[in-house]
Amino acid sequence: MTSATPSPARPWALLAELTHACPLHCGYCSNPLELTRRSRELTTEQWTDVMRQAGELGVVHTHLSGGEPLLRRDLERIVTAAEAAGIYTQLVTSGVGLDQARLDALASAGLRSVQLSVQHADPRASDRIGGHRSFAEKERAAQLVRAAGLPLGLNVVLHRENLDAVDDLIELGISWGADRIELANVQFYGWGLLNRAALLPTRAQIAGARDAVERWRDRLATGPELVWVVPDYFDGVAKPCMGGWGAVSLTVTPDGTVLPCPAAAALPDLDPPNIRDHPLHWIWDHSKAFTRYRGTDWMADPCRSCSRRDEDFGGCRCQAYALTGDAGRTDPACRLSPEHGVIRALADEGADATAPVRRRVPGRSEGAAARV
Amino acid sequence: MTAAPGTDWRPALAPAVVRRHDPVRDADLLLLPERVGVLTGSAAAVVGLCDGTRGVDDIVDDLAERFPGAPVATDVPPFLERLRKEGWLR
Repeated sequence: MTSATPSPARPWALLAELTHACPLHCGYCSNPLELTRRSRELTTEQWTDVMRQAGELGVVHTHLSGGEPLLRRDLERIVTAAEAAGIYTQLVTSGVGLDQARLDALASAGLRSVQLSVQHADPRASDRIGGHRSFAEKERAAQLVRAAGLPLGLNVVLHRENLDAVDDLIELGISWGADRIELANVQFYGWGLLNRAALLPTRAQIAGARDAVERWRDRLATGPELVWVVPDYFDGVAKPCMGGWGAVSLTVTPDGTVLPCPAAAALPDLDPPNIRDHPLHWIWDHSKAFTRYRGTDWMADPCRSCSRRDEDFGGCRCQAYALTGDAGRTDPACRLSPEHGVIRALADEGADATAPVRRRVPGRSEGAAARV
Repeated sequence: MTAAPGTDWRPALAPAVVRRHDPVRDADLLLLPERVGVLTGSAAAVVGLCDGTRGVDDIVDDLAERFPGAPVATDVPPFLERLRKEGWLR
């Protein structure tokens, strides 16, 4: 960035959660426990304005996500708006509903790339984890994306049920023609935290999967890029969450709430601003929600005096809140945190194979926790 | 003149790459899914010549003319190679 960059630094990326509605109901869904109903969603015109404002603010990438963004019938118009604002668009999808006609329409609107979720390399296991028979549609969606010449990314959330299949997942990605395979160890917020007992892997599973990724990286001189999103419960090191609070990216939720990260809705006193009430540049520069944990001034020890404070930014605020009740404390994932013992005990314990997975109820979009 | 190793290709932006000027940061950017490359200094001029018609030697010659005295012949081929490895050029 140049010296002409105003302060605070401008955001690069916008996660646009267009809807919380979704045909899948994975037990680690990144949507909040309190889902936004469809009647509360922003209109086409409001999303168009969000894209215009985001472009003016400096956003150059948007991830059009959900829920399942294909359920927004105006998705093409939102893509057009992003493109008009100079923003590179990526569709983040389950693949359900992505047929030839829809992909053609999206590509014509300016869609640049597609990230497809896969739950497992085995079709039946993938369908079971996603809670919806969708593997065949995903495979077809991947073929269509490749045929359209768009970059294809695969995103796999890793947990107890699929960590032993990392070799198969990478082979699947290669055979589907993926340019990028993101192997994202499950993070424990919202639904993931609710289902932590069922999702938590063992240390041996993590070690095995990590070795597998290293082997593939050595073998793949020109193949897909492999991205390993660290399992912070197991490493003793806090992740540099979001690249810093209000530093790199922002999230707009289906009802227009603007958040520094998609999980931040769970913080009780954040008082997040809404795009219906304030311009985006004010929200980024001045809202309490965005300035609260920006930079390092808010930190207490051990972060305040830590040499890594500008690298990991104290870790994740949502995790600090979830595990200590105080979002301003050091992320317990860090071995220097006074509360690190909580995480270490959980990691040593591993999953409870008998724990039920609580899922979003399909067809409902609010308060949808239920046992299956 | 024989081409040095690594110079026998005609650099072009990779298919999915978007190049654009960013007025907010007053910077030239390369965009790919999940990635932003900021072209600093003379990088924008170098990448501007990567249109798939010029060989690496042509690009070096062109730049040597525009920036007399700059270490173009030694710096530009490895820079282009690095951009190819990172997926920005092909």
